[in-house]
Amino acid sequence: MNNSPYFLKPASVQAVMLRVLLALVPGIAAYVWFFGAAILLQIVLASVTALAVEAAMLAIRGKPLGLFLADGSALVTAWLIALTFPSIAPWWLTVLGVVIAIAIAKQLYGGLGQNPFNPAMVAFALMIVAYPQLMSQWPAPGAADFAVQWQAIFSTRQLDAITMATPLDALRTALHTAQAQASVAGVLGHNAAIGAVGGKGWEWVAAGYLLGGIYLLQQRIITWHMPIAFLAALAACAGFFNVYDGGQFAPPMFHLFTGGAMLAAFFIVTDPVSGATTPKGKLIFAAGIGVLTWIIRTFGAYPDGIAFAVLLMNIAAPLIDMSTQPPVFGHKKR
Amino acid sequence: MNALRKLFSFHGGVKPDYHKEASAQTPIAVPPAPTLLTIPLHQSIGGTPHPIVKVGDAVLKGQRIGEADGMVSSAVHASTSGTVVAVDLRPLAHPSGLSVLCVTIAPDGQDRWIDAQPFDYRQASPLETRDYLRDAGVVGLGGAVFPSHLKVNPGKLGRLETLVINGAECEPFITCDDLLMRERAVGLIRGMAIMRELLNADRVLLGIEDNKPEAIAMMRKALTQAPDVAAHEAIEVVVVPTRYPAGGAKQLIRVLTGIEVPHGQRSTDYGVQCFNVGTAFAIYEAIDLGRPLLSRIVTVAGNVERPGNYDVLLGTPMRHLIELCGARPGTDRLIMGGPMMGVTLPNDAVPVVKATNCILAGTPALFPPPPPEMPCIRCGECAKVCPADLQPFELYWFSRAKLFGKTQEYHLFDCIECGCCAYVCPSRIPLVDYYRFAKSEIWARERDKEAADEARERYEFRQLREEREKQEKAAKLAAKTAAGREKAAATLAEAEKLAQAPVLTPAEDAKKALIAAALERARAQKDAVQPGNTEQLSDEQRAEIAAIEARRAEIRAMAKPHLPPDD
Repeated sequence: MNNSPYFLKPASVQAVMLRVLLALVPGIAAYVWFFGAAILLQIVLASVTALAVEAAMLAIRGKPLGLFLADGSALVTAWLIALTFPSIAPWWLTVLGVVIAIAIAKQLYGGLGQNPFNPAMVAFALMIVAYPQLMSQWPAPGAADFAVQWQAIFSTRQLDAITMATPLDALRTALHTAQAQASVAGVLGHNAAIGAVGGKGWEWVAAGYLLGGIYLLQQRIITWHMPIAFLAALAACAGFFNVYDGGQFAPPMFHLFTGGAMLAAFFIVTDPVSGATTPKGKLIFAAGIGVLTWIIRTFGAYPDGIAFAVLLMNIAAPLIDMSTQPPVFGHKKR
Repeated sequence: MNALRKLFSFHGGVKPDYHKEASAQTPIAVPPAPTLLTIPLHQSIGGTPHPIVKVGDAVLKGQRIGEADGMVSSAVHASTSGTVVAVDLRPLAHPSGLSVLCVTIAPDGQDRWIDAQPFDYRQASPLETRDYLRDAGVVGLGGAVFPSHLKVNPGKLGRLETLVINGAECEPFITCDDLLMRERAVGLIRGMAIMRELLNADRVLLGIEDNKPEAIAMMRKALTQAPDVAAHEAIEVVVVPTRYPAGGAKQLIRVLTGIEVPHGQRSTDYGVQCFNVGTAFAIYEAIDLGRPLLSRIVTVAGNVERPGNYDVLLGTPMRHLIELCGARPGTDRLIMGGPMMGVTLPNDAVPVVKATNCILAGTPALFPPPPPEMPCIRCGECAKVCPADLQPFELYWFSRAKLFGKTQEYHLFDCIECGCCAYVCPSRIPLVDYYRFAKSEIWARERDKEAADEARERYEFRQLREEREKQEKAAKLAAKTAAGREKAAATLAEAEKLAQAPVLTPAEDAKKALIAAALERARAQKDAVQPGNTEQLSDEQRAEIAAIEARRAEIRAMAKPHLPPDD
């Protein structure tokens, strides 16, 4: 017989995870609208793989299968991998990513709640180092022919017709190779992949994620600290250098609405398991990711720096928590 | 007036379903006395009172049967008149089922009172008043049962800014304070006025949660109609938002005054003191009516036909009450207190005590067994609701890992075990159980450490003493053999001559010289032995030698006053 409290609020890990999945739906809808149904295929592929790997690992570890498979955490990781990997990546790339995330980054560390690193970001980082080419082939907006995408995923890859460099990629390549002649305005002004503020189509996907993020805030599943600190730090870095030299540094809005910034702000940076937990700690943690993301995007060799930034700050999270413990009742300075 | 008062807010808190309507529909009823009353002697924080009656004694209602054991203790009384039939160990209203000394009384049904005389506290010294309240058995009736006489003391400031009276009653199901305020407002106000005088308080704030409109209205009405206008001008009814645990003493003080009293400190040092409404009423009864604490209002709720509030004689078996309220089948447990902080009782025969504010008949439908515990995902829900501003999940990780030092660093003992964290945890972790575990482990370790320290000190002292005795024995032996010859040789005349020396008698002188000689010999011997094998020693051996040397030095220092100067 249990001790007090004897009744509990109806809440569960499963309910939390399912609402996170629900919050991803607007972004996914925009994704399908602009880039075709390939993403749905990847989500299914990643989900099935994740559940299978999770089940296998739980069985090996002797943990109750039903309880942990139903918690939905594997599905969240799977969906995030599907959304951060190119939707026309070959099937095995997604499967390998999910296996790494679930088997190594999550279960080998002890399963739900025990992983020091964000599993989806571990998978992304490993894959972009191992297969930089495949991880950089993104669908071009409008090239949404499902048959061609199916083929790209499962058989021969004739990608020229359906891929396009992402805005971040295009900008970095131009600035790094063309040297003095290229300017941000020049690159962004004459590129078919550029939309109103971010990448064409991608800005709408980002808007979808933003919408989902607002839902998570309203549901009190995440707090404002992390998304705001992350986006503000990213925008502040971009804004400062854009004012300093507008020819070399892209404007803040471009940074916020390209790449994975919005997805990261509400769904990746906010992962509670691997992040900081105190209010002040959350601000420091997320702002750190924002700054690192901007640095890697601007000076690094990879198209987007979020995964590396998240992993680096994951390392710092325990230290941040330790040094930002809020004062307890009766011990506050006033 | 309430509109003008600025209220403060405490961090966190939850809003569970309150379930208060069921028991608040009917007025307070007085149940018939049971056939036997079992009155535990230990009913408050502190020492267990000594029984002052024996089997066969006739007792009157209000007669003291247990005398307070020291200052931190509180007397207990016969709840009705009758005969003492047993003074023995009986199970306590506690989940452990531990037994305590109880006085069992067979009521004679006549309810004959002692000669109850009001206590004139204005003519009495503060100490006399406190002794009176202790002997009247008045303790905190909010559930903590801390002896009230210890709190009726303005502390080192000599006066209080605010006396807080706690009518918040934030626990679900419980309505005993609500009904007390509705039905006994006049006596309660008198109690508050007395306490204000005793504590020299500038103002009295009665905090009531806004889900008790009838109690608020009754208290306000009674205040306006009160005869003692001057005293009552200082009393104010303050409506506070309903949010568990607004009725926690520290939380209510914070809401009403903005003051946060840190863990382990006296609230009087901050100019506030807090009492439950039931305690205030008990003080009124003790002082104005001369009646010790013999009964209390108990809410009976949960799986019963007629939930309600009862003015129950202390010592009444809980079964008696449950039967009176119409026990329904399916009850799988009795809980004393509310669902957030209450304790499961070992059985239904345990008696109602001063801490019993509520008896909940629980069923699996009412309080379902908790779903399986999942791992913590550090979502931080618990930190959002913690009224002590703790990081409950960190305490959980540390408790789980048995890093008890860390739990204390993270203020484990500031936890009030209100249960908010466990209530909201999506992983269904019984967080409070982890804190209880950590706290009891820490207490156990502290006790062990104290015992070990004591044992070590005793051992070291014994070693010291033995070594000293050995030396003394050696010295004595040496003195004996040498002195034997010397004594024989010494003539009476010499002795007489020496006796004239003002300071030392010959025997003393000779003994001292001999001791010195013996010690000198021992030292020389030691010096001769020492250099032998000190070349190739391990670090441990060196350390050991150093320790021994230190001990010897200590002994020498101890022996020094008894020896002639060395050099």
